Amino acid sequence: MTEEIDWIARAGAKPRGRRPEYLDSPFDERMLSMLMAVIGEVSVLRERIDTIERLLDAKGVISRADIEGYQPDLETGKERNRIIRDYIARVMRGVQQDMEALAELEPPITDVIAEMEQAR
Amino acid sequence: MSANDVPPPYTAVERHGMFPEVRHDEAARFNFLAGLNRYLSGAVGAGNKLAYDRRVIPAFQAEHGREPADRHEVRRAMNRDPWHRFWSAMKRNSMEMRQQAGRALVLRQLDDLDARARAFNDGANTLQLNGDVAVPRYQAAVDIHCMPGSYHGEERPGDVSAGANYDCGIFATTGGALGALNDGGGQAVAAWVKAERPDWRPARILDIGCTVGHNAVPIALAFPDAEVIAIDTAAPSLRYGHARARSLGADNMVFRQMSGEDLSEFADASFDWVQTTMFLHELSMKALPKILAEAARVLKPGGLLFHIEQPEYGPDMPLFEQFMRDWDAYNNNEPFWSAMHTLDMKDEMAKAGFPRDRQFTVGVKAVVDERIFPPSPAGAQEDYGRAALWNAYGGWKPE
Repeated sequence: MTEEIDWIARAGAKPRGRRPEYLDSPFDERMLSMLMAVIGEVSVLRERIDTIERLLDAKGVISRADIEGYQPDLETGKERNRIIRDYIARVMRGVQQDMEALAELEPPITDVIAEMEQAR
Repeated sequence: MSANDVPPPYTAVERHGMFPEVRHDEAARFNFLAGLNRYLSGAVGAGNKLAYDRRVIPAFQAEHGREPADRHEVRRAMNRDPWHRFWSAMKRNSMEMRQQAGRALVLRQLDDLDARARAFNDGANTLQLNGDVAVPRYQAAVDIHCMPGSYHGEERPGDVSAGANYDCGIFATTGGALGALNDGGGQAVAAWVKAERPDWRPARILDIGCTVGHNAVPIALAFPDAEVIAIDTAAPSLRYGHARARSLGADNMVFRQMSGEDLSEFADASFDWVQTTMFLHELSMKALPKILAEAARVLKPGGLLFHIEQPEYGPDMPLFEQFMRDWDAYNNNEPFWSAMHTLDMKDEMAKAGFPRDRQFTVGVKAVVDERIFPPSPAGAQEDYGRAALWNAYGGWKPE
């Protein structure tokens, strides 16, 4: 591993040259970039799972037929559904928080800053 | 197209002595990007023509009472079409993701890659760097291919990051069409020359704008008695390219930092063969004539001039195809691509001192191991401007 360089940060360096605008707003551009990155990483995860399945199969630990035919018992099934619920909650955070914001009309942060800056 | 028509896996890319160590998920990322790129250019790439025919052209005609006059009018009209805009946005993202994937792979192990390069390069008189060679404006204005740092950038002085990233990621954008070593272009050139002049024994070959030597190495290996001098302005690419060539056994090569615009170190008529491969479109209108003239000057009478490029646009190419081929110019930081492909290369070479009646143009396609890698062209999968199918603008210099 290269210690001297923050390779995670530098990997995503911006190339020189202004980026063209494609969509109606910069927000749409960023949402698409994030979505495409997630699409890519899901593909990577699926390939990794496929590798695990094939290795388990080849080494005789479990077979892919075992996986396809797997029937969780009731408690395990519920546990897995809790994992799914947690996952949905994570990815839907923005939507959920927007909904909560509808319940109370909050002042912009600049108002709060101004309030805190007031001497009395 | 069948459901099995997919790119070869990244694991089929040959691991030469300078190739980064690739982990599971890193290969998976490139597999995804190759598939995504093929999907964007193929399955949904066809949507661009549909949008053009069904609504962009009718709207243009309604507004102007005529057809578009040139590819620029087509581009401006298409850039208002929501389908094309979203397609372009996805394609731009795929380019950016490819860069991030390649750079993450390379930079995390840069210590090792630099050490491997030094083992090949230190003390070798066949790697000739010259810090006085400036990065030309046509390389510095924007980062070509959206590669952060382009061919010449360094994450730290003396590194090979730019070359290694370029090498390991071409697979993603070509879907393996350049073969296991991404050298299908160079292999094609070597095969063409061997077929054309089976008994020819060139002694000295110059490759201008070699980057990491993808296309020069197969020529050096095919002509082991020749001395191949590969020049480029980008030191990080040359460091990597020299080490890569050594690891592949191409010991008859010199990698030299030098601009093709000024070959004054070389005497007139001092090379049997002078060539460029997919290089001219990365220049400028100022630099191109100089390089063509220098190439013609240093070539011996009876020698071979060979410039491989994408086909020029020309009056017979439909405006829609010209527009699609221009995509990389406007969206992937290839700022000379558009203008270069409007040039009549035969005229340009004639102006540079190479007589028109001694010129030829031949079609060249990548030579790859077709048991594993896709043959070119891929038919309906045409990825405008990316297909491993080129024109060679060449000639034998009069005796």
